[in-house]
Formats: sequence, structure tokens, C-alpha cells
Amino acid sequence: MLAAAIIVFRETLEAALIVTIVLAATRELAGSRRWIGLGLAAGVVGAGVVAMLADVISQSVQGMGQELFNAIVLFAAVIMLGWHNVWMQQHGREMAGHLRAAGAQVQSGERPMVALAVVVGIALLREGSETVLFLFGLASANKGGWADTLGGGALGVGLGVAVGLTLYFGLLRIPQRHLFKVTSLMILLLAAGLAAQAVNFLAQADIVSQLGGSVWDSSWLLDEGSLVGRVLHTLIGYTAQPTPLQLIAYGVTLLVIGGLMWVVRPSAPGHAQLKAG
Amino acid sequence: MRSLVVGLSALAVLVVTGLVSLSAQAQETVFTLTIKDHRFEPTRLEVPANVKFKLVVRNLDNERAEFESKPMKVEKIIPGNAETTLNVGPLKPGEYPFVEEFHEDVANGVIVAR
Repeated sequence: MLAAAIIVFRETLEAALIVTIVLAATRELAGSRRWIGLGLAAGVVGAGVVAMLADVISQSVQGMGQELFNAIVLFAAVIMLGWHNVWMQQHGREMAGHLRAAGAQVQSGERPMVALAVVVGIALLREGSETVLFLFGLASANKGGWADTLGGGALGVGLGVAVGLTLYFGLLRIPQRHLFKVTSLMILLLAAGLAAQAVNFLAQADIVSQLGGSVWDSSWLLDEGSLVGRVLHTLIGYTAQPTPLQLIAYGVTLLVIGGLMWVVRPSAPGHAQLKAG
Repeated sequence: MRSLVVGLSALAVLVVTGLVSLSAQAQETVFTLTIKDHRFEPTRLEVPANVKFKLVVRNLDNERAEFESKPMKVEKIIPGNAETTLNVGPLKPGEYPFVEEFHEDVANGVIVAR
């Protein structure tokens, strides 16, 4: 039971942190909860489907199906996070301002909602499918069987959600005028970290080169498998032994999304552009 | 905003294609690990440092396995009675632990790059 709890907690943690950041980032946006709810539901269903197809995916595309699948969904998440951040940079001020109640604004506010719903769905799909596979593996090996494994799994999910809630209420303590900046930065770092993960899957599929061995090894300082290591892995993309390819992907993502955010920033307070591309 | 998404994707494609040309390396050594009764054979494998290699993992058990090594940056599901090929490295000299994640208490080992 403890084994199931630990494993499920590990998997739940990443998804819980991502969902938390998204919830905090969209707190002020009308209709956001419905979209995120849809993303969560789609993610749970998707996790079941991916788990059922795990063997097929793993053995497809000359045995590189799992790597390609992971790379594609991670890149999709990076693009959605980037889109959200740039859009919010462009429109956040007007939405938080006096026009917030206007119907047109609520409508346009749903655009980045779709993006973040996709991100939430992807996070659940990836971690959820892993969890389902683990539980199957454990239940077949475990003498306690399904009741024991599911009990441990529920405990693990509970712990993961608890960490997410702690972060959420921690973020809400940040004054409203700063919260937008904080969540934008968190989404930017999250996107960069996911991009570094995505290129690693491309390297695993032998589509790109790692461009060399690990640039540094900080596992003596912070093990990626430890609790803090895992949390930072999700939040800022911490990797104990990053390869040149991963560092490039991280940097390029920061520059591209950060650069676009800078380009579209409203020129002066109260004069936000109204054009939604 | 569509143009932004297109721009971002175009940049991603550019970066990827640029790197693909760099990854074209033939003649990689192949090493094999076997999983039986949720244990690895061998549990210690020496590989050359600083070159890419292929690692074939054979799962002789009926149950699904998941090969994982954070330091080697690989993670892969292997169905029961199947095998998979992993692209690993280049690894700097050192020890790289790996596990079969569903039975990591017994199914573990280390790759030594030298």
C-alpha cells in the first residue's frame, strides 16, 4: 500500500503543480473554471485511453512511438503556455480593468482558456496514464491485490492534491497586482522546462542529438528524484544533469516567449491594444 | 494570435531540423539488458564514455515493464515478452543507475561509462 501511495504521489505531484499554476493564473478570468474543468475531464479520459494503448504506442513507429508521442504533447503544451502568456500580456490589463464586466471581453477571455485547458488536459493525460500503468503493475505483483493498491493510490493522489492546494493558497496570498506577474513568470519557466523535456524525448527517438554529455551534475546538491528535486523539476525545469540540447531548448523557449511578451506589452497604462489577433 | 502560434511552431521546426542534421551518426554499438523474474541481467554493464550507443532491453516476463534512468534520461514502456531499443548518451565517465519502475526494489542496476 505504501509503495502504491509513494508512486502515485510522485506522478500526481507534477500534474497537481501544473494545474495549480493554471488555476492561479486564470483566477480572475471569467469562465476559466469551466474550461479547466473540461481540460481535467478530457485529461482523465485521455489518461485511461493512453494507458490502454501503452503497449501499442510503445511499439509503434519502429519502437519510437512513446518518445514521439511524449515529444508532441509536450511541445503542444509549450506552445499553449506561450500563447496564453503572450495573450495575457496583451490583454490582461484591459481584462483586469474597467472593461472586465463587458460581454465582449468575457468572450475574448475564453481564447487563452482553451490553451490552458489543453495544458491541464496534457498534464493529466501524461501523469495519469503513468499512474494507471503503475497501479496495474503493482496490483498484479502485490499480494494485497486491488483493494490495497487502490487504497495506496488514493492516498498518493490525496497527498499530491494537498501539495497543489498548499501552493494555490500560497499564491493567493500574493497581492492581486503582483499575482499576474508571478503567474506569468511561473508559466514562462514551466514552458521552458517542458521544452527541455520535449527535446530529450526527440533525442531518445534519435531524431536530434543531445549535442554532448551532461553539462553539469548537481545531483550531489539536489537529487532530481527527491521531493524538492521533483517539485523544482516541474516548476522551473530543474535537471541535475542537463545536456547541451536541453539547455538550448530551455534558453530558446525563454527568449521566444519572453521576447513575444515584451513585443506585445501594452505601451502605456490604460492604452492596451484592443485588437485580438 | 494565429500568426504567433504559427511563428512559434515554425521556430520549433527550424531548431529541430537544424539539430537533426547533427544527429546523423551511424555505427553505434549495441548493448543488451534482459529482464527476467523482474530482475536485470546483467545488473552492471560497462559502456564506452562520450559516444552514443543503443541499449536493447528484453523483457522476458509476461508483465509489462518500464525501464527508467533519470541520469541517462531514458524512460520507456516495454510490453510483456517484448524488447525495445533505447538511444543513450553520449555519457560522461561515471555510474548511471537504472530501474524497472514497477519493481524498483529488486529490478535495478547500473551502467558504467568509462
